[in-house]
Parts: sequence; structure tokens; C-alpha cells
Amino acid sequence: MPEIATNDHPGILEPHFESLEAQHDARKMGMWVFLATEVMFFGGLLTAYTLYRGLYFSGFAQGSHLLEVKWGALNTGVLILSSLTMALAVRSAQVGKSKLVTIGFLGITMLLGAMFLAIKFVLEWHHDYVEHLVPGISFGYAGPHAAHVQLFFCFYFFLTGLHALHLIIGIGILLVLSVMAWRGRFSSQYYSSLEVAGLYWHFVDIIWIFLFPLLYLIGGRS
Amino acid sequence: MNGIATCVAGHFVAGLLFPLHPPTASTIARSVDNLYFALTGITLFFTFLIFGLIFYFMIKYRRRSEDEIPQDVKTSIPLEIVWTLIPTLICGFLFVWASRLYVKNSEPPKGSMEIFVIGKQWMWHLQHPEGAREIDELHVPVGVPVKLTMTSQDVIHDFYIPAFRIKKDVLPGRYSSIWFEATKTGEYTFYCAQYCGAEHSAMMGKVFVMTQSDYSKWLASQSNGNSMAQAGQKLFVSFGCATCHSQSNGGKYPALAGVYGNPIRLRDGRIVVADDAYLRNAIAKPGSQHVAGYASAMPSFQGQINEEQLLDLIAYIKSIGSQESQASIQ
Amino acid sequence: MSVDVAELSSRSRVHYLNESYGLKSWLLTTDHKRIALLYLFSITFMFLVGAGAAALMRIQLLEPYGAIVQPETYNKLFSIHGIIMVFFFLIPSIPAVLGNFLVPLMIGAKDVAFPKLNLLSWYIYVIGSLFTLYCVIFGGVDTGWTFYTPFSSTYSNTHVLAAALGIFITGFSSILTGLNFIVTIHRMRAPGMTWFRLPLFIWSMYATSIIFVLGTPVLAITLFLLTLERVLHVGIFDPAVGGDPLLFQHLFWFYSHPAVYIMVLPAMGVVSELIAAYSRKRIYGYPFVAFSSLAIAFISFLVWGHHMFVSGQSIYAGLVFSLMSFLVAIPSAIKVFNWTATLYKGSISYDAPMLYALGFIGLFTMGGLTGLFLASLATDVHLNGTYFIVAHFHYIMVGGSVMGFMGGIHFWWPKITGRLYPDKWARLAALIIFAGFNLTFFPQFMLGYLGMPRRYAVYPAQFQVLNVMSTAGATILGIGYLIPLIYLIWSIRYGPVAGPNPWRAKGLEWRTPSPPPKENFEETPIVTEEAYAYASMPAEKSGA
Repeated sequence: MPEIATNDHPGILEPHFESLEAQHDARKMGMWVFLATEVMFFGGLLTAYTLYRGLYFSGFAQGSHLLEVKWGALNTGVLILSSLTMALAVRSAQVGKSKLVTIGFLGITMLLGAMFLAIKFVLEWHHDYVEHLVPGISFGYAGPHAAHVQLFFCFYFFLTGLHALHLIIGIGILLVLSVMAWRGRFSSQYYSSLEVAGLYWHFVDIIWIFLFPLLYLIGGRS
Repeated sequence: MNGIATCVAGHFVAGLLFPLHPPTASTIARSVDNLYFALTGITLFFTFLIFGLIFYFMIKYRRRSEDEIPQDVKTSIPLEIVWTLIPTLICGFLFVWASRLYVKNSEPPKGSMEIFVIGKQWMWHLQHPEGAREIDELHVPVGVPVKLTMTSQDVIHDFYIPAFRIKKDVLPGRYSSIWFEATKTGEYTFYCAQYCGAEHSAMMGKVFVMTQSDYSKWLASQSNGNSMAQAGQKLFVSFGCATCHSQSNGGKYPALAGVYGNPIRLRDGRIVVADDAYLRNAIAKPGSQHVAGYASAMPSFQGQINEEQLLDLIAYIKSIGSQESQASIQ
Repeated sequence: MSVDVAELSSRSRVHYLNESYGLKSWLLTTDHKRIALLYLFSITFMFLVGAGAAALMRIQLLEPYGAIVQPETYNKLFSIHGIIMVFFFLIPSIPAVLGNFLVPLMIGAKDVAFPKLNLLSWYIYVIGSLFTLYCVIFGGVDTGWTFYTPFSSTYSNTHVLAAALGIFITGFSSILTGLNFIVTIHRMRAPGMTWFRLPLFIWSMYATSIIFVLGTPVLAITLFLLTLERVLHVGIFDPAVGGDPLLFQHLFWFYSHPAVYIMVLPAMGVVSELIAAYSRKRIYGYPFVAFSSLAIAFISFLVWGHHMFVSGQSIYAGLVFSLMSFLVAIPSAIKVFNWTATLYKGSISYDAPMLYALGFIGLFTMGGLTGLFLASLATDVHLNGTYFIVAHFHYIMVGGSVMGFMGGIHFWWPKITGRLYPDKWARLAALIIFAGFNLTFFPQFMLGYLGMPRRYAVYPAQFQVLNVMSTAGATILGIGYLIPLIYLIWSIRYGPVAGPNPWRAKGLEWRTPSPPPKENFEETPIVTEEAYAYASMPAEKSGA
């Protein structure tokens, strides 16, 4: 693979790397290691959640039924679609398409991410706040197993909140990459930043795919 | 190397000046000490071996000239295997010894005398079933197995009696238990061994091991007429339990006579034994244990009944297995 | 004279310390060597704060009824001591200082894989330590470094949040450092540097980084949950509201047990380097020592329940964790035997770093073997929560890790600073530290078996003699630590100039000038020989 001379793309090859390929490999590996840490991070939270769900199934099922499956399902579709557009963004740079195509796909991905957040914060969280289902801030559920329903909603807000935070960071990263793409930084020889960001985006998507059934689909739906 | 020699010598001198172990005052203390001293022996052996070899090699192979380059020594795989296998075997041996001792010591003998312990910041409350209540003191007879059922009113504490070599964390919201059989009369200290806040270091007390006749006399002098079960019966009425849990309510709510120690089927299909923990949950967290066949209408008494009262109620429920006490429910 | 020439060339030669001046060139550096020194400065400061707390604790324990402080204050002292020493000194020490400085040099690279991330790691550490210092200055925290619930979540009214957040933030520093090292070691080795030619220090940094990356996030989420519990009172860990205090312990120890191996594996790596250099011999059983590091990292994730044998977990869980805890001792034993065997027919010099390394082997052996007392269920029941535990972990952390850190600092000091320190003072300090250490902590084993619980501000009078001995030892230990602080700082300005390889050691870091140039090597080295290939070394005159 021909080496890119640093005077063709100044500032892209960092001085401590021997080649662009080595740099690309290192960055991809770095992102995979980072994703491993994220698995442990979410894993700890999910372990605690799973434990309490086993202990207090009835309460958790009741809490789960208070969530709107339709929004959760819609959001799942939105994120899956966004992973597709992200992959298309990476591919467009990889095969050397015009930067407008890349920016276009990144833009759609960001929009879908924003749509997820809008549904989550406006249609779901705000609705839960109005219904007094936010532990520690405004919780007034009066049915049976109230304490366990409260615990369920703790985990609901922690998990979806942490996920949303990661999504917001992801959108920020994509914004930066869009600016870089506009400045012509990506080409078929250099698109590692896009690929690495893509890995992160797909991971955030996969986390949601775990969260959706775990939170929304407890105890089935009648 | 001087430091370690000093310390070992100091150890022996220290051993002459003060004891190497607490009083050996329970049936398990000697066997725990035996294991401990075997472990000490193994530790000292390997410590001396390694220090000795290091010292020996340091001197024998000290650098004699700046240009000295020693010959390579080829790694011997058999040697690697030997010094992997020997520690493994030693560890296996210790694991089996320690585990068997632990499992043997974990189960209280049948018919153990029961005493109830409540830890709270920063004191210990001990209740005898016959009614004696003590603060930071525990009177027990010698030669009788005693089972301690313990809980905490607030944070995690730990009940530790070094002379008996027993210890267990004491948790809020649940019961933990340990047992011992004292072998020597005397006074022994117990401590709180799980950090619990400001006065953690002051949360200690004394165990008074007495001869069995002295203990009976002491117990009689302590009684103010109310055994735990009798106190519990009074609470059963005053908290309104009798309103629902009586024969006259015709099966709408679970009858409690004879319930203690027997299996119960829950609504989700599980079968659990109605032990102390079950009864505690039934009063404090009734929602967590739906009994099959009944609507879940029992209110929770969490926060209204303290740990001492819970123990009294449980003592009462334990006592109503027999026909005589059933009459007293009406 | 060759010394003058070296000095002259050191002044005129450009290296990483003098290639640029000014605060900005340090605070915005991406050079791993400068970042290592930034860390050295920060962790030394934190060490002094933690050591100060320890000094006050040992003075307090001179008297059974407490010599100088109220129990509430003592509780804050031991909490701060633990938090700072574990999270802000021991965990970063060797990886962030020696690891950062040496990993690229030892593998023949110009820097770590992500230099800017490396700088960010240091800033994250500093921000975390500021939260903790805030906590120290404005009233302290009294939960112990273990933060057991419900005391920490509901009952304590000290600065729990500041302390928890400080540790949470600093955790990300560890995670990013581990990430950096893993990618660097995988991807940036010089030509010819195969895995089995790597110095054993690199193997131990790799194993440590695996624990950093997989374990620390679990601590982060645990402290995050604790923070939310404390702020919102929602009942995750509070039994009064349906929560489980034991869940906290499981989550906490799932990280904190592997964490102790984060603290000792790097020191073991240093010891391998020191033993090889000062015996002028290949480490005996290199592949066994290398794989032991990985085995320790792996098994360390499976033993956390041994901190909870008396907490209320089931007997079966206890048996499993006991067995695994015995198993984790085996790879450590293998290392000790291999190091000792390396000395056989070596050419052993008694320089200070070697004294630290040999001290490590002996004290780590003792500390590790006392771990067997605690892996044994029947004895752990009696010993848990007593001074035996305190003695056990200090033997490993101080007798092990800190000695390894001191040995490593002394060994690589000429490389880092280009100066030599005074030989005799260094050896004297090593011996003082060794003697003081043993006098401090050996009596604590005895206190533990006699039944003195830990975290006690006051204690029954029968324990006084042993406590006084321990405090006497701590005084000697403190003096021992002060001496190197003085002469190392002195040597930066007044020490004799060091050549590229004053110890005539093997390893790529010794093939570049002292101090190294910013890019580490004039030309990328090509590796053609095994690690520690001393036997093939030609006898040459010592000197630059």
C-alpha cells in the first residue's frame, strides 16, 4: 500500500507512528479496547439491574408496563437506521465519494440521533415526570410494590440516561467529523477517524438493543 | 536481613512477654489455632528458605570485578514443574483442611440455646428467650452450645469474640447467625469488627461464661416475668395482628399456629421454610413474599416495629405451635 | 577526563528536559517522558498527604485511650489515608511514572500510541485529586476507603460525595493509561522486538493494563450508584427501602481485588528488571514469569469474595472464592522462585536498587504467605476485620509495591535525569526502610491474632506494647523515606553526570543517552537478541 508522504496530507500522520497504516491500526485497536471498558461499565449497572429484577420481578414488571413500548420500539428503529447511515458514511469515504456524500450521511446519522433524544427526553422522560415517576425528584406511585417500582425507575433513568449521555457525545463527535469532512480531510487513503467513530456509534446502538427488551418488555405484554 | 532477624527474635521474646493467641475458650478455638500455627510454620519455613537462599547467593555470587559476566544457566523445566506443583499441593492441602473446619463450624448443633443480638450505633443489645435483656454483656453457661441470631438496627456491624474464634457481620434488614460452645468459665471480650461510624472502637462488651447452675440463678434473677414469647404475645395484640391472624377469621388470612419451621408455598410457586428471616420479612416486607392462596392485604410494619419487637413477635409465633398456646390467641 | 566530556556534552546536547523551557511546554507536553515526571510530582505530593495521615494515626495509637485526636477525627484520618494511598498513590505510581517513561523506550518506540490522551490522563488525575484534597481540607470523609453501605449512603455526614467523585474521576485516568499501554505494546514495538524478547517489565505493564481496562469501569459505576443513592435516597443499597448492602460489597470488591494486583504487578515487573541487571543474568524461566503475570491478572478477577467471607454470603460461595484465592498465590510463588534462581551463579552487586529488589522478594513472600491465612476460611473468620489484615496488605503494598517503586526510581534515575545519586546514602536508606517497615508491621500480625480489630481509634490496654512498637517502626520508616527525597532532589543539580548505561544493563532504554532525546532514539533500533542477553555481552571497560 503506497505510503502517503506527510507533505501531501500535512498533520495527518503523527510523528510517533511509522506509517499511516500503523496509525490507523493503532486507533482502531484503541477504540476496541475503549469499547471493552464500556462493556464493563454498562455491565456493572446491568448486573445490579438483573439482580433486583430477579428479586423483585412483580414490581419491575409493573414498572415496565408503565413505559410506552411504542416509543421504545420507534427509538430502536431510529438507532438501527442511524447505524446504517453511519456505516454508509464510512463507506462513502472509503470508496472515495465526494465529501458531500459523507457529510450527508453523517448529517442524517446525527439527525436520527437527535430524533432518538427528542423522543426519549420529550415524549418519555417528560411524560414520566408529569406522571410522578421520577425517583428522588418527583415520585408518587401508589400501587402495590411501590418501593420496587421506584427501584425499577431508578435503573430505568440511570441506564437510559447513561446511554443518552453516550449518544450526545457521539453526536458531538460526528459534528467534529463533519467539519473535518467539509475541510477535505478524508479520502480513500485516510478515513480512520470515521471508521473509529463508526465503531463507537454502533456500540451505542448495541447497548440500546440490550436496554430496550430489558426495560420495556418485562413480563410480556397483554 | 538484620531487620528480619530482629523481628523474628523479637517475636520469640514477645511471645514470652505476652500471649501469641487469645484465650482458648471454645470448642473450636484449639482447632483454629492448630490451623493458624500450621500456616505460621509454613510461612516461616518459606520465608527463611527464600531469605536464606537470597542471603547465601548474595554472598557466594557477589560481583568480584566490574567486568565479570556470568555464564548463562539454562532453565530447567522439571524444576519449574516441581516448584509449581509443590505450592499447588500445599495450597490444596490447606484449602481442604480449612474448608472442612469451616463447614463443620458453620452449622450450630441441634438444640442449641438461642440468644438474639441486635447491634446498633454504638452498642449491643442481647436478648435471652426467657426474658433477660443485656446491654454490652452476654451471660452464657459453659459447655452448652449457644446460637446467636443477629441483626442490626442501622448500619453493618460485626460481632466478634476472639476467645471463641468466631465472627460474623451483622446486617440491617436481615438475620445472620453464628454459634459457639464455651469451654472455660471466665470473662472474655467481644468487639464490633466492621467499621460503623464514630464510636466503632467503643462498641465492645464482655461475655460472662458461668457454670450452668450459676447461669440458671442469674437467669432467674434477671427475669421480670416476661419471656420473649410473652412480650411478643402482648405486641401481637397491641399491633393488631390478632385482628386478622386469629382462628375466628375463617381462613381469610394465614393462621400462624405451627407455622414456624414448616414449608410454605408462595404465589410464584417457590416453597420456602418459615424460619426467622421469613417471619421477619412477613412482618416488615409482606409484599416480597406472597403466600399462595391469599390476597396480599397485609400492610407493612416496616418502621413501626423495631428489631427487638420483631424478635419478640417471632418468638411468640414460634411458641404457638402447641395446643396450649392456641387457646391464648382468642 | 571522560566525566567532563560527558558533562559538557550533556549541557550542549539537546534532550527531552532542555529541548524547550517554560510552564506551557510542560503543561501542554505530549512527550511521555515529561508526562511521567508530571505524574511523579503529583503522586509524590499525594503520598506526603497520605503519609501525614498515617503519622497522625500511629501517634494516636501510642495510647490506649487515644493520644491526640477524637475518634471522629481518627475515622477521617484512616479513611483519607486509605483513599489517597490506594487511588492516588499506589495505583498510578509505577504505571504512570515508570510505565509512562519506559514503555516506549523499552520497546523501541518514539512515544505511546496516543500521546494527547496520555496528557489528558494526567489532567484527569489532577482534577480527581483536587476533589479529594477539597474533601481533606473541608472536613474529611469517614467511611473508610471501602465506602460500605448503608453507612456511606445514608448515615455518614461527611464529604462522601467529594471523595467518591474524586475517585470516580481519577479512575478514568487509569482506564486511559491502560488503554494507551495495551495499544502501544501491541502496535509499536521496534522491528525484531517479538513478544518473547520483551523485557518482563513490559509483560507486567500489559497484564496491569488489562486489569485497568476491565476492572476500573466497574468501580466507576459502583461509585456512580453510591453518589446517586446518597443524593436521591432511592434505595439501591439501603435495606430500609428494599436495597441490598451486600450488592455494594460485591460490586466494590469486583474491582478492588484486581486493583491490588494493579498495585503489585508493576512492582514485580520492576523487580525482574533489577534482578536481571544486578545479577547480570537472564531472568531464570522467562516464559514462566511472563505468563505468571497474565495468570495473576486473569485469576485476580475471580477471587473478590474472599473479602466477604463473614459478610453473609453463602458457604458455597465462600468455598469457591477460597479455592480461587489459593490458586492466585501459585503464579506469584513461581515468580519468587524464578527470581531467586536468577541469583544462582550470577554476578551480584549490592547497589541500592538491588537491595530494594531483594527486600521486595522477601517481604512479598511474607505478605503473600499471610494471604493464605486469609484464603483459609476457618482462620479468616477469626482474622477478618483485625490488624492481621492491615499487616498483610501493608506487607504487600509497602514491603512490596513501594519497595519496587523505590528500586525502580533509583535504577532508572540516571536515565530520567542524567544524574547519579549518592551511593552510600541510597543503600543506607534502603536498609533503614527495610528495618523500619518490619518493626512497624510485624507486631500488627500479632495484634490481629490476639483480636484487636482494625479502624479502632482507642483500644484495650493489653494491646499497647505492640502498638508502641509499631509506632516506633513507623518513625524509622518515615526517616527512611525522607532520606531519598532529599538526596534525589539534591542529585538533580549536584549529582555526578551519568552516561547512557551506568549499570551496564541490557534493554533498549540503556542504548540511548541519559537523559534521552525527545524522540527517544536517533534511529529506530533493530532488535536481534533475547531479553537480558547478558551472557553474550563482551567485557568492556565501564564508563560512558
